[in-house]
Amino acid sequence: MGLKPVLTKDFHTENLEQLAVYERTGGYGGFKKALEMQPDELVELVKKSGLRGRGGAGFPTGNKWSFLPKGVYPRYLVCNADESEPGCFKDRYLIEKSPHQVLEGILIASYAIGCNLAFIYIRGEYLPQHEALEAAIEEARQAGYLGKNVLGKGYEIDVILHRGAGAYICGEETALLTSLEGYRGEPRLKPPFPAIKGLYGKPTVVNNVETVANLPHIVINGADWFGAMGTPTGKGTRVWCMSGHVNRPGNYELENGTPIRELIEEHGGGVWKNRKLKAFQPGGASMMVLLPEHLDVGLDFDAIQKAGSLAGAGAMVVMDDTTCMVDAARRYVKFFHHESCGKCTPCREGTFWMSNIFDRFEAGEAKATDVDLLLDIGYSIDGRSFCPLGDASTWFPRSVIKFFRDEFLEHVSEKGCPFKRTAQEAVA
Amino acid sequence: MPLAKATAEEITTRAARYPSKQSAIIPALWAVQHEQGYVTKEAMGEIAQILALPPSLIEATASFYSMFLTRPEGRHDVVICINAPCMLRGADEMTAYLGQQLGVRDGQTTKDGAITWHSTIECLGACGGAPMMQVDHHFEENLTPERIDAIIQRLRTEPAPHGAKPEKAAAPARPRAKRTQT
Repeated sequence: MGLKPVLTKDFHTENLEQLAVYERTGGYGGFKKALEMQPDELVELVKKSGLRGRGGAGFPTGNKWSFLPKGVYPRYLVCNADESEPGCFKDRYLIEKSPHQVLEGILIASYAIGCNLAFIYIRGEYLPQHEALEAAIEEARQAGYLGKNVLGKGYEIDVILHRGAGAYICGEETALLTSLEGYRGEPRLKPPFPAIKGLYGKPTVVNNVETVANLPHIVINGADWFGAMGTPTGKGTRVWCMSGHVNRPGNYELENGTPIRELIEEHGGGVWKNRKLKAFQPGGASMMVLLPEHLDVGLDFDAIQKAGSLAGAGAMVVMDDTTCMVDAARRYVKFFHHESCGKCTPCREGTFWMSNIFDRFEAGEAKATDVDLLLDIGYSIDGRSFCPLGDASTWFPRSVIKFFRDEFLEHVSEKGCPFKRTAQEAVA
Repeated sequence: MPLAKATAEEITTRAARYPSKQSAIIPALWAVQHEQGYVTKEAMGEIAQILALPPSLIEATASFYSMFLTRPEGRHDVVICINAPCMLRGADEMTAYLGQQLGVRDGQTTKDGAITWHSTIECLGACGGAPMMQVDHHFEENLTPERIDAIIQRLRTEPAPHGAKPEKAAAPARPRAKRTQT
């Protein structure tokens, strides 16, 4: 357990974004080896490795691939680089440092599922990362890794880099596909799942950046090597994006199962300014808050779920004892309100009202009954929204009410934010 | 203002790569914004013509995405994040400082037309370097008042990143509608 650089092991190498340098670190060896294998063998290999999707849901990647109906072509691979979950910045890091690793993963996945046209959907805000991928695709094309007859093996593959334009919802796979087709980025009903009817109504696999970046290493080193890392149900490593009140925020690639305590205290250098840890939030804006008593939980999908939260997209937001939990929740709720696509009523209206009520708390205009009103709205959204964006908008605020109800009531009795007052008094 | 020939060609080339030409709508909107600085209704009409799609479809798509601008802005675009991870590291203080130094409200353009700034609740993906902002979509992290001063000073004299934005943008009276403010 602990630091285990697999995806990030060569990130100290200068100019790794250049093809020649990437190849010197063994780059594209995985793709070359994959081309010597049968596509079905690759699917079995990835299934056996136990790799689970790194975008948030943690679905086994090999299984996702094997859902594609036999004999239906064309089929598409879409790499989801629409990283927009507040607290997450790992895909950006992986693309920036080693765009070829991501591209190689895409090529392996495409070959495995029998796809001749792959897409990368990158969020509009990631302009430098867009440029890095664009350059990588061009270099790979020149080198013969992309084209009509890849490395003389008779395999055809092209990759289209598609830039989004500012919409969190497009990280949800069906909304992403709708957006890629040129429409407003609204989610679609599942089933049919994208594997059956995805992009342009054809069988489609959507894989996250970090997920595909694992593939070259699995192909080179084998399923057993990958399976030896991590926990029985969470193989391999994950890149954790740590932010908030720690001394050393940043990306840390750790073996799955490493205790949260090690990430925050050892790698992050502990809580800043010698303050005490109040709470932390794994997974990103959507996920439930956890407390210092959960520090020994392992960084792993199942362990974090058992503790009452979710590992999501691999964020770790750390909050010290000066944090106003009501304001933290208010920001996330405002975020979800801003990003709600408007398709379904529970999410569109619910996030609007939650946002208004949170504003009342910060402005000192809330009543004590507003706490339960928030919970009531939360229950009306969760499980009743069209897509997980709506459901997830309620998880963090409800968990904050569960653990920090007193703070809401203090906002009522003090007619405003008690933390802002303390901060102002300290300055005066 | 009709689209430049190169922009029209870029849209056609782009559309040919996709299995469906409709997929080229967002790339086309980007190409237009790249050339003209923002996307007018007329330009959307031209996109519709080039792609042989109804103009309503282009407008429906364009209006969904927050990054497409509908009116001229300053030469430079400054966006500062105020979501929770940035808030924890002083984003509110930096936002107040930025507004103070620029002398215009959130969503507005400085009088010399150099900078349009706004705060955003949409995470920009640099929480590890919070507080942060994007300047013409490039990351500026670990902000301090001194760093903000230096950035503003640079932008006051620097040309627009694509050289296409109008020299002096009309200072808009109202903040951008789509942004949420806390």
